[in-house]
Amino acid sequence: MARIIIPTPLRKFTKDESTFFSSKKNVLEAIEELSSFYPEIKNNLFDEDNKLRSFVKVFVGDKDYNSLQEKDIELQDDTVVSIIPAIAGGTGK
Amino acid sequence: MSDLKLKIHSKTLKEMESHAKLIFPYECCGFFFGNEANGRLITRVLPVQNVKNGDQRRRFEIDPVDYMKAEQHALENNVKLLGIFHSHPLHKAIPSQHDLKQALPYFSYIILSVYSNSIEDITSWRLNDEGAFENEIIYLTDKKSSYGKNHYSNTA
Repeated sequence: MARIIIPTPLRKFTKDESTFFSSKKNVLEAIEELSSFYPEIKNNLFDEDNKLRSFVKVFVGDKDYNSLQEKDIELQDDTVVSIIPAIAGGTGK
Repeated sequence: MSDLKLKIHSKTLKEMESHAKLIFPYECCGFFFGNEANGRLITRVLPVQNVKNGDQRRRFEIDPVDYMKAEQHALENNVKLLGIFHSHPLHKAIPSQHDLKQALPYFSYIILSVYSNSIEDITSWRLNDEGAFENEIIYLTDKKSSYGKNHYSNTA
C-alpha cells in the first residue's frame, strides 16, 4: 500500500497520525481516501470544486505531482506521497 | 501573559541568530525540531535557503523539497517538527499580515529582528483557534542568557 505522509500542522485532523496507507493506485484517489477517512482534513486539502488547494503541493517520491506529465501515475506498495503546505512570510513592507 | 511556552537552550537559539546575521540584509528561514514531553522543547535547528523569487529582504519562502525533508527527518528521528523561524531585517519581531496569512496551525513561528550584526529581539507566535497569533514565551533552558529583552525570560 502506498504511504501518505501527513504534514505536521494537519495532524490535528488525523488524530495525530503521521501516516496514512492507501490501497488506491491513483494519487488523487489516495488523497481522497485519506479525506474520507479523516473528513476534517478535507477542507484543508481540497477547494469547493474538489481541486487541490493552491497552497498544497503533493510530491510522489521526490517529484512534484503538478510538474509530472503523467497525471495517472500508478502508486506502488513502496510509493511515498507527501502532502506539503506552502511555507512563506516576511515583513511585507 | 500568554500560556504558550517554548523552551530552547541558548546555544540552539544562537544557531538561529547566527544564520539571521549571516543572511542579512535578506530574510533567513529554517525549521526547528524537538519534543513536547514536558512542554514544547526545541532540540535542533535546521536553516534552509530562502527561495523566494522576488525581494528577499522582505519575503521568504521555503522550498517544498526542504519541507518534505524536514518532515522525513522528524519521522526518522522520532522528533516533532515544531515550527519555522525567519528573520525581519531592519524591522521589529512582530508578525506581519503576510506572516499571518501564510501561517499554519500547530507550528510555532519564531521571528528574529536583525539589524546588521545585531539581533534586536526574538519572539515566537502560534495560531489560536480563532486564527490569530498569540505570543509564545521563550524560555532559555540553561538560564545563562544575556538576552532578556522584551519577549525573553530566563526563568522557566
